[in-house]
Amino acid sequence: MSLTATLDGVPRGIPASEAGPASKRIVVAYGFWIFLLSDIIMFSALFAAYAVLVHATAGGPSGVQLFNQTSVAIETVCLLASSYTCGLMSLAIARRRRFLTYLAAAATFALGAAFLAIELREFAGMIARDATPQRSGFLSAFFTLVGCHGLHVTAGLVWLIVMMAQVAVRGFHDVVQRRLQCFALFWHFLDIVWVWLFTVVYLMGVRP
Amino acid sequence: MTDTSYDRAPGDQSAPLETEERGSSGLLVYSIGLLLSLILTATSFWAANTTLLWEPGIPLGLAVLAVAQMGIHLVFFLHITTGPDNTNNVLALAFGMLIVTVVVTGSLVIMTNLNDNLMPPAEPMHMQR
Amino acid sequence: MNPLGKLDWSAIPFDQPIIMAASAMMVLGIAFVLGWIVLKGYLPYLWREWLTSVDHKRIGVMYLVLAMLMLLRGFTDAIMMRAQQAVAAGGAQGYLPPEHFDQIFSAHGTIMIFFVAMPLVIGLMNFAVPLQLGIRDVAFPTLNSVSLWLTASGILLTNLSLVVGEFAKTGWVAYPPLSELQFSPGVGVDYYLWALQISGIGTLLTGINFVTTILKTRAPGMGYMRMPVFCWTALASNLLIVAAFPVLTATLAMLLLDRYLGFHFFTTDAGGNPMMYVNLFWVWGHPEVYILVLPAFGVYSEVVATFSGKPLFGYRSMVGASMAICVIAYLVWLHHFFTMGAGAGVNAFFGVMSMIIAVPTGVKIFNWMFTMYGGRVRFTAPILWTIGFMVTFVLGGLTGVLLAVPPADFQLHNSLFLVAHFHHVIIPGVVFGAFAGYHYWFPKAFGFRLDERWGKASFWCWFVGFHLAFMPLYVVGLLGMTRRMQHYDVVSWQPWLLLAAGGAVIILAGIACQAVQLVVSIRAREQLRDVTGDPWNGRTLEWSTPSPPPAWNYAVLPQVGEIDAYWQAKQSPRGREARPAQAREYEAIDMPRNSPTGFITAFFAVITGFALIWHIWWMAAFGVLGAFVTLLFFAFRRQEEVEIPAVEIARFERAREREAAP
Repeated sequence: MSLTATLDGVPRGIPASEAGPASKRIVVAYGFWIFLLSDIIMFSALFAAYAVLVHATAGGPSGVQLFNQTSVAIETVCLLASSYTCGLMSLAIARRRRFLTYLAAAATFALGAAFLAIELREFAGMIARDATPQRSGFLSAFFTLVGCHGLHVTAGLVWLIVMMAQVAVRGFHDVVQRRLQCFALFWHFLDIVWVWLFTVVYLMGVRP
Repeated sequence: MTDTSYDRAPGDQSAPLETEERGSSGLLVYSIGLLLSLILTATSFWAANTTLLWEPGIPLGLAVLAVAQMGIHLVFFLHITTGPDNTNNVLALAFGMLIVTVVVTGSLVIMTNLNDNLMPPAEPMHMQR
Repeated sequence: MNPLGKLDWSAIPFDQPIIMAASAMMVLGIAFVLGWIVLKGYLPYLWREWLTSVDHKRIGVMYLVLAMLMLLRGFTDAIMMRAQQAVAAGGAQGYLPPEHFDQIFSAHGTIMIFFVAMPLVIGLMNFAVPLQLGIRDVAFPTLNSVSLWLTASGILLTNLSLVVGEFAKTGWVAYPPLSELQFSPGVGVDYYLWALQISGIGTLLTGINFVTTILKTRAPGMGYMRMPVFCWTALASNLLIVAAFPVLTATLAMLLLDRYLGFHFFTTDAGGNPMMYVNLFWVWGHPEVYILVLPAFGVYSEVVATFSGKPLFGYRSMVGASMAICVIAYLVWLHHFFTMGAGAGVNAFFGVMSMIIAVPTGVKIFNWMFTMYGGRVRFTAPILWTIGFMVTFVLGGLTGVLLAVPPADFQLHNSLFLVAHFHHVIIPGVVFGAFAGYHYWFPKAFGFRLDERWGKASFWCWFVGFHLAFMPLYVVGLLGMTRRMQHYDVVSWQPWLLLAAGGAVIILAGIACQAVQLVVSIRAREQLRDVTGDPWNGRTLEWSTPSPPPAWNYAVLPQVGEIDAYWQAKQSPRGREARPAQAREYEAIDMPRNSPTGFITAFFAVITGFALIWHIWWMAAFGVLGAFVTLLFFAFRRQEEVEIPAVEIARFERAREREAAP
């Protein structure tokens, strides 16, 4: 919605707080920013639960016995690289370069999917060793925290596909650009959450 | 509209430059971010596995590295700055960080305190520290 | 695999006459209303103008309608509880068996907090904030509609539990291990959990919407310190929504995982920690009550200033107090479980913080009093609600400070003293504030005022009834009565509980007065019509619009120079000689297009929720898919806006000027 103001021109020197309604691009991105902060707060509740339950292994396996640092390292590089390619995609979008956009998006998707594949394999391996989320409070918390992040990544991949469909159908229309900006914010934020995940869960978790 | 120099959307790079200029400087920004993040990640993995560092300090060191990497992401990927056009974005972020700190620290302090005051359990089921 | 999961005919409680009667009344009532709508041919109008509306004014009204309807159900629960406790003394068992009584007090709390108080407050904010900010709608109008309808989904699910299945018997906070599958194997807790998760998403989206609206889309010239105080309190409340609701979502999700997938977050075995639920629940729970009360404080500020004919005393300290409350609200949550075993140090910290939060609240009370002092106070119904609030809330707050002392709380935790305390702050705080706001903004929404006499009558019934209903509970709490008792042995408590039941009946009279007030006002709407748009000689921008405002609110966004912008405009001679509408040029306005997205998403949300409750997995998948497809339809729509041509705006403005001319 454009909130039409009948100011003829913007006089210099008025602060942003008095300049009237901001443009749609700013409003949409800021709203999404607030949503991301709410998502981080949700993750923090799951983090808190994990921190409280990290030693509640109920005689079952603990992190030291389960976590494989190599695969975590590969996952981390994949997700970080996908954040980079997402940045490249943002640059391509700003320059209205369709082919580059699709290319960067494909790279982002592939790297994100690789991350998910490795994570799913890790989960499957743990479950095969009877380290299921039903085994102990620690494992419940682990699967939920890491799994929630994985669900967010999955949702992001679906969103990316839909966004590429939108680019195909409507080109770089304003609406599409705003949504792509939101996607980029989301994807980078997921990498930030992963930084905390691999630090707190895996790296701190492999120390006996 | 009234936005250009007064206010910036989160995720936007600073005032629009020439498209070509922005393209290459943009690439540089993301590449530096990637490089620094890789370095910090490698450092974290090393710190977690090395015997060269003082043991009790390692969790704190890892946290510091994570905060640093979060900062790299915010600055290089999300283009968050402390300029006046970014005030709302920074304030919102600060608010979020405050709440996260309160929730996590508060919960940990409270739950540890509760556990310390609990009667010792009959079987080794509950939190063991 | 049973295609209908756990659902079969035994889900309908044919053997419980009271529930069957209540269900029948509800179903017949809904059928009657729906039938009347369809037969009178109102359905297309309803769909076009209300159900698919993304207009904040319409959405606000719908929130209030939902809230008032649920107030009836929540209050029915209350009267039933009072009646039960009035008779179930000594050996008597009353008329409600424990399994039913437990559902009633659980439903009462859940409905009152989530489906009465929240919609009341959110509805008022929806209606008034964009008008007060001098803009045309919120930042994300379609999202706003989604929020409304997701709340309605939660309401529908909760009401379905009356007919099909049961509700939770755990209290409205649903502590494990009682709420775990082992001790609550039925569907009751699942109804509770899914209703709250679904409506919780709606509320979170509202929080995001309003934070963005207030921070990023105010009228030109309206800097932060020129915003009406109601908008400041709305900002504080919505910041708290954004900060707190995600924690509730995570906590309820963890309980759902325990119940559905056998996880061990809060179980008593395999490493679970039930106390962690209590901790995380109240991390959300305490900010929640401030989410409710802050906008009510904002209403009081507006009402006091308007009906005293004076600017609000201490604008800056009001703003400061509101933001201070916003922050401190997040630092007191442990006072809900002082007795759970934390040490003296931790308990003391939270006790002190709980007392500190009384300070900014006190600042507000003083500011309201100083606003009235020296003013010419008009004793309309909104002012009566406000004064009633001030007198009552202060006492209720004081009992809160009493409870904030951990050793005292050890005696009084979970007694009726506690119950009396929180009703002593929520009812005068939130409910009176909502009623004041309802009466205050009603003419703006509908074009005619509410009847004053019935409004005052309802106030006095509520005020007297409230005190009669709750003051005895303090006594009986101090005498040792625990909350939620279906029957009790100490016969000496009974006289107090009889008094309390009498109070509830007087409150019922108050509610009846409000219903009568509405009918009487609608009948007499021509005499009560608001012709000027400013029935109270108001101070803020919404009173500069016609009643009701056109869809676009302002033909030209106001240029704001100071606080109480409309009041200043009325005083200045230049304002009175503004160019007449006849001579002014108008531009076309783009307004957001109506959309069925919200309603249809909610439809699928109800299907998903119901399916998950009854373990009908294919139906749940269908519901999720349906919601996703609806989102895709919205994402790919071509037309986002509808243009209102300049001629229509000009025609409207000129007609309005002719009507208002003497």
